Amino acid sequence: MQKIYGSAAEALEGLLFDGMTIASGGFGLCGIPELLIAAIRDSGVKDLTVASNNAGVDGFGLGMLLNTRQVKKMISSYVGENAEFMRQYLSGELELEFNPQGTLAERMRAGGAGIPGFYTKTGVGTVIAEGKEHKDFNGETYILETGLVMDLSIVKAWKADTTGNAVFRKTARNFNPPAATCGKVCVLEVEEIVPAGSLDPDHIHLPGIYVHRLIQGQHEKRIEQRTTRKA
Amino acid sequence: MAWDRNQMAARAALELKDGMYVNLGIGIPTLVANYIPEGMTVTLQSENGMLGIGPFPTEDAVDPDLINAGKQTVTALPHTAYFDSATSFAMIRGGKIAMAILGAMEVAENGDLANWMIPGKLVKGMGGAMDLVAGVKRVIVVMDHASKHGESKVLKACTLPLTGKGVVNRIITNLGVLDVVPGGLKIVECAEGVTEAELRAATEATIVN
Repeated sequence: MQKIYGSAAEALEGLLFDGMTIASGGFGLCGIPELLIAAIRDSGVKDLTVASNNAGVDGFGLGMLLNTRQVKKMISSYVGENAEFMRQYLSGELELEFNPQGTLAERMRAGGAGIPGFYTKTGVGTVIAEGKEHKDFNGETYILETGLVMDLSIVKAWKADTTGNAVFRKTARNFNPPAATCGKVCVLEVEEIVPAGSLDPDHIHLPGIYVHRLIQGQHEKRIEQRTTRKA
Repeated sequence: MAWDRNQMAARAALELKDGMYVNLGIGIPTLVANYIPEGMTVTLQSENGMLGIGPFPTEDAVDPDLINAGKQTVTALPHTAYFDSATSFAMIRGGKIAMAILGAMEVAENGDLANWMIPGKLVKGMGGAMDLVAGVKRVIVVMDHASKHGESKVLKACTLPLTGKGVVNRIITNLGVLDVVPGGLKIVECAEGVTEAELRAATEATIVN
């Protein structure tokens, strides 16, 4: 089966529909599937529910889909870097479900692993716990959180072989593996597609079984906080 | 007289012990990394997927794929390890991180912590803070004792939405150090040039000693 597509738009063909749910990898602007996000913007698909730790910045990353009003709801842990997001949320145009960062990561991991729910002590005694089942284990209280299963996963890795076995680079891994697993279909973008056999099987971070479609392209890799010291 | 940001960070660094794995929050807590004593091995965890955070890069070493949880560019160390977000929070929730040093908007005498939102004004999100305070063994808050308007941030009860309930162990402010104990807060020490009477007067929370 051929997984490699010529462009982000081709790789998304037949997968997008209004009202769909999407899980996206990335932390801030690090390791985001920037090519697939741009292609989703260009497709004009709307009323999206997007699970992603952050919502990009104004005009880049998922921020692009906010500017075009294609997003109905975000499931995120931190949206502090995006003024347009704040404006749409405070004016009621955009729905927002805050998830603690670890809860969001685990919801993706669990959804992809066939686990419909899990108990966590994160958020007990806060607004996050309101309306959720509470249960005590060994004298401590936990809340029930659900696994996320999304219509589509969009993720970014450094390299993949032709079957989708992928490796990430440094902290650009972040949410990409859990996000990749929780979609019914997963599209992966990489900087380089290499022949099968050229990646060490012991060093694969994301086995190709999770990857349905694959593209290679040039990444801008914008930096949010360029912080340096003197040489 | 009181401690400035760097002196608060230096005081917080005294909480570190050799071999510890520690998570530092954004702001003053990040400065604690500058005061790790020579010869002590403390491994810093960044919840976006890194153990062993190095110093900021020189201009020619900036790598967009290598950032800390504050989205700042950083460098790696010889013992650095990278992992995904689910693994990162498994080690946080699983109690593998010895200590978290975090900033706060409010702390209460029962250890309640508020640091993620001001309803109707500031909607940034909790990020990893709720997971950290729920899972890390010891939570230390480093913050200014009072708000910009001069009101105590060390309270009988938090007024803002909580990040965690009964989670704070120790509070380090510009005026001194307080521990959360049964019945309220206990003064551990006063900052240089601050009298105990001044520290008490600046604190809304119950002080038990």
